[in-house]
Amino acid sequence: MNDILKLGNREFTNRLFTGTGKFRSRTLIPEMLKASGSEMITVALRRVDFAAGDENILEFIPKNVTLLPNTSGARNCDEAVRIARIAREAGMGDFIKIEIITDTKYLMPDNEETLKATKILSSEGFIVLPYVMPDLTYSYKLIDAGAAAVMPLGSPIGSNRGIKLKEIIEILIENIEIPVIVDAGIGKPSQAAEAMEMGADAVLVNTAISIAEDPVTMGKAFSLAVQAGRMGYLAKMGGESKTAIASSPLTGFLR
Amino acid sequence: MSFSDVLKKYENFDFDNFFKNVSEEDAGSSLDKNKLSETDLLNLLSPAAESKLEKMAKRSHDMTVQYFGRTVSLYIPLYISNYCSNGCIYCGFCASNKISRKMLTLDEIEKEAEILKQTGIKHVLVLTGEAENITSFDYIRSTLILLAKSFPSISIEVFPMSVEQYSELKAIGVDGLTVYQEVYDRDIYAKVHPYGRKRDYEWRLECPERGAKAGFRLVNIGALYGLADVRKEAFINALHAKYLDDKYPDTEIAVSFPRINSSEGGYIPSHRLSDKTFVQFLTAFRLFLPRVGINVSTRENAEFRDNILTLGITRMSAGSNTAVGGYSDDSINNVPQFDISDSRNVTETIEMLKRSGYQPILKDWELIK
Repeated sequence: MNDILKLGNREFTNRLFTGTGKFRSRTLIPEMLKASGSEMITVALRRVDFAAGDENILEFIPKNVTLLPNTSGARNCDEAVRIARIAREAGMGDFIKIEIITDTKYLMPDNEETLKATKILSSEGFIVLPYVMPDLTYSYKLIDAGAAAVMPLGSPIGSNRGIKLKEIIEILIENIEIPVIVDAGIGKPSQAAEAMEMGADAVLVNTAISIAEDPVTMGKAFSLAVQAGRMGYLAKMGGESKTAIASSPLTGFLR
Repeated sequence: MSFSDVLKKYENFDFDNFFKNVSEEDAGSSLDKNKLSETDLLNLLSPAAESKLEKMAKRSHDMTVQYFGRTVSLYIPLYISNYCSNGCIYCGFCASNKISRKMLTLDEIEKEAEILKQTGIKHVLVLTGEAENITSFDYIRSTLILLAKSFPSISIEVFPMSVEQYSELKAIGVDGLTVYQEVYDRDIYAKVHPYGRKRDYEWRLECPERGAKAGFRLVNIGALYGLADVRKEAFINALHAKYLDDKYPDTEIAVSFPRINSSEGGYIPSHRLSDKTFVQFLTAFRLFLPRVGINVSTRENAEFRDNILTLGITRMSAGSNTAVGGYSDDSINNVPQFDISDSRNVTETIEMLKRSGYQPILKDWELIK
């Protein structure tokens, strides 16, 4: 099956994107990437120490995996833009995940500032993936601003509670033409499968993998779940129905 | 509404009676809740909740892993002066203590910074005694400009300042403020702070809020246990953290539980915070404030720090040398502010964390100017 996700100038066959945060040891990161086959991983620029030599977190990411630097810690458009530029100048590539958060309790993104940053960074040639509250109107604006995808949160970040905003995300998937990548709040492989069955183009899972007792096996489990969900979506599931549907159509005689 | 108004609510509250009447069942049912009220917090801070300690520890551990992962942020304290114009009767830096005083020059600070840089830790906490006329705003400011060249993340623990002053320091690259109320009980506060600017209770109480207003990313508060009833102090400190957390959602709030248990600088503490109660407080704070940073310093000994690591700690100081100028000149032996109990160096602390299955975080901010 030739099922490829295109973002900017890159093509991805594995639709599980991962993250580098919260691992008990960074040596688990390359093992997790290998087991899951994830082809893109997000890294908070704030945690990268280019002067740290072997201890630089980027040393733990194999070269064939695309880096998705993120602007974690930015509280407004201006900070996000500066962080993105630092990341690119440091050689972390053109992808950027905009994460602008002024609420440390629930970690809800600021859509307004994110939209501004998207406009600026995409005009500078970045491949912009904005982390946003799912909102159809804003999604259209983000497309106009040059976003390469939208990354709506499924539930509050790190909360592992599944896709609480399911109905709204389904509306985004149905209506917007750029990829929808469900980010944040996916706690179990089954929930990743659910997002993919809904028609999400990819999911980004960090906490649920990194804090698992066995993050390597969990990475693989998520990857399989994403594949299963995607195949289910492509195979076009029959609609759910509360009443039994007779296998020979009841209105067949009308032909 | 300021935090003083919150305090008023509990001005005439009979804590002793309340704590006495909490049952194990009360504590147990508070422990099972997802969102804790102030009453639940009181229940968990009560003597009766000690019987639930294992369960509290388990929940605190799980919540901490959920929100922070198995990671601990490290920082290094840098003492640049021990001059002080306050008379805090419990502190080694107390103005009336006849100790040798030292204030580092910018050249000396540069030497200290060179050594700290080699540890790989990119977060430094700059400390002074509180002597505004000697370690002036301008002196502190010059120091911070110098350190901002080497450290992307700088916190300060110096005399309390105004919002305007904090804003000026923030523009240089300072992103964190540590200030302890020391003691929330007003009468005891007046007794243990007989003279100096620090006598002004309100000015200090509102200091963390001024830091948050100025836009610092991290504000670390705490009560110094040993001066007053520990359970009441812990409760008020938790309310203070909650107040700041609710009102300034873009600032990360952290708490510390510094305790005086043995005589320091000749001061014998009137109250004692035992290891067991320390753990009870630590875990109760986590349950009450799931995302609050919890900081443990080298006041605590190595064994205790290792043991509480998994119970909710998110920040630790490493390689602390509280002697002014002590990193670059180990012959320096001026009187410290408090006694260091964990004397391991930075490498040893990092190794301990790794062995315990925790990732030491040496850098967590990029200076963007």
